[in-house]
Amino acid sequence: MSAVLAKVVAHRLFWPVVMLLILFTINLIAFPGFFTISVRDGHLFGSLIDILRNGAPTLIIAVGMTLVIATRGIDLSVGAVAAISGAVACSIILGSPEPGSLATVAVAVSVALLISLVLGVWNGFLVAVLGIQPIIATLILMTAGRGVAMLITEGQILTVNSPPFKFLGSGFWFGVPIAVIIAAVVFGLAALITRRTALGMFIESVGINPEASRQAGVRARGLLFAVYTFCAFCAAIAGLILTANTAAADANNTGLFIELDAILAVVIGGTSLAGGRYSLLGTLVGALVIQTLVTTVYTVGIPPIATMVFKAAVVTVVCLLQSPTTAEAFSGVRRRLALRAGKGVAAS
Amino acid sequence: MKKLIGIAAAGAMLVALAGCASAGGGTADGPKPLDELVVGFAQVGAESGWRTANTKDIQSAFEEAGIELKFSDAQQKQENQIKAIRSYIQQQVDVIAFSPVVETGWDAVLNEAKAAGIPVVLTDRAVDSKDDSLYVSFLGSDFVEEGKKAGQWVLEEYADATEPVEIIQLEGTTGAAPAIDRAEGFAEVIAENPALEVVASQTGDFTRAGGKQVTEALLKSNPGVDLIYAHNDDMGLGAIEAIEAAGLVPGKDIKIVTVDAVKDGMQALADGKINFIVECSPLLGKQLIEIVKQINDGEAPEKRIITEETTFTQEQAIEALPDRQY
Repeated sequence: MSAVLAKVVAHRLFWPVVMLLILFTINLIAFPGFFTISVRDGHLFGSLIDILRNGAPTLIIAVGMTLVIATRGIDLSVGAVAAISGAVACSIILGSPEPGSLATVAVAVSVALLISLVLGVWNGFLVAVLGIQPIIATLILMTAGRGVAMLITEGQILTVNSPPFKFLGSGFWFGVPIAVIIAAVVFGLAALITRRTALGMFIESVGINPEASRQAGVRARGLLFAVYTFCAFCAAIAGLILTANTAAADANNTGLFIELDAILAVVIGGTSLAGGRYSLLGTLVGALVIQTLVTTVYTVGIPPIATMVFKAAVVTVVCLLQSPTTAEAFSGVRRRLALRAGKGVAAS
Repeated sequence: MKKLIGIAAAGAMLVALAGCASAGGGTADGPKPLDELVVGFAQVGAESGWRTANTKDIQSAFEEAGIELKFSDAQQKQENQIKAIRSYIQQQVDVIAFSPVVETGWDAVLNEAKAAGIPVVLTDRAVDSKDDSLYVSFLGSDFVEEGKKAGQWVLEEYADATEPVEIIQLEGTTGAAPAIDRAEGFAEVIAENPALEVVASQTGDFTRAGGKQVTEALLKSNPGVDLIYAHNDDMGLGAIEAIEAAGLVPGKDIKIVTVDAVKDGMQALADGKINFIVECSPLLGKQLIEIVKQINDGEAPEKRIITEETTFTQEQAIEALPDRQY
């Protein structure tokens, strides 16, 4: 029994999951109906559904970010890419004679996604071909990208009146929010492609030692192109969801600071910024922790002035619990537990 | 003509750079003809529809008056605005007008303007400085008054309320002057009726997404809410989405009061989804021209000039909507 417990505590997702449960408990105390999920107007309705729906864009970006970070990289431009894709889609829909038609929306969404691929290839080019440090390379698009989005929207908030587009952000399919379904598909595909093939291992090997993996025959350059392009693609999907959620492209605020949330989700999930081993499941838990944290602030009624301090405190606790020193201290406890368990077996 | 002025300005800058600049702007030499006046305006940036309307109005007002306007866009960054103001000082413009991005940190550059004898006018946002001689006039809305107007409507709407009225407040960006003042004015007025109670107050950062997310969460923890007071239209529009998603009717089941009166907000008001909007007008151009003329004539404009603003009910919105510029 204690051996099982020791194993659970040792799991790298233990502390993030504990934090998530603590946050759930706080919410439940502040608001007893927190776990209630009802069906309203033919769709699921409840706080947990909100957390999943509002957390979907962060999760989608964090999935892309996980792979980038696994190659020892980072992508700061995701927020700007999200803003660009939203701006592109909305300006196309606004410019068309039939903003409400499905074909218009399909074109708008496809163009936005295609542009994101170009932006991703640009990031990949800077990192893989020119060898610029990822943090600098993606910083370029992070700053310039918002300007581009601003040019597309001409500094206005573009409001679109297009039911099919709005559906992307606030629609439901069999009662489940579309955003959650999209996030599940992105997450599932990423997990399937990188974990059911050798691709994930290649990505990790590039992150651990690019030179050694190149000599072993891994095409690091192509892989880097692929992960940055995928990350930008994820950012564009998230940007479309965020924009469709309010049916308005706001070049200034769409996806603002979402890169930080995504990176945080990856880190909370136990993936090291130094590259190498990554955990998509960890990223999922990380994204949920972040979104639950936001909801907790609202349900508990933490005053806005103290919000940042509260979030910082929670994140600090998670990071401290995950640090190697803390892990070391806990492994001592674990060894004792395991020892006792071993004795128990011997005695019986 | 513009080119010539450009060359002249560049020349003036060179002279200034060479260190031959004489202290004191043109205004000291008595009134100039209007077409010789040059005004430098440092805008915050194109942050919203409101701001764009503000820019357009100022530009067209100057064009109409025949006064040359040098315009710069700071992209929401204080350092850019300071750079722009410094360049206006070097170009020795007659008046500098600007809308400060943030409240603090302006003393140094405003002192430079003062030393160069160039009068400064603040538009729409104030600066937080102990030395109020650094600017000649502050033209803009009275945010506390806006909050009071919103509170007044709520007070009258629920004058006969016997049961407690639950209010959710969607605050602007934490620390921003409009957010602080609109909350203050509102709280002051609704305090008259103890039945009116703000049960939750959270920031939605002046954005639609923020307003939507906060409202979603607050509707669940406060199911009995009667009214939402949002510090700007955008957050109110986000709240409408959240209310509709909860299967309720915005404007009926839950009433909404906002501040700003931008076109999208007015449309929602006309559609009956918002109940009342307090205007915060971006159309300051004409009043700014008046101030510039006064300064040119050697008169001292009033230190605090409040923008002419009104309020809109649903019926008034339907009438006003066709002519709405922004």
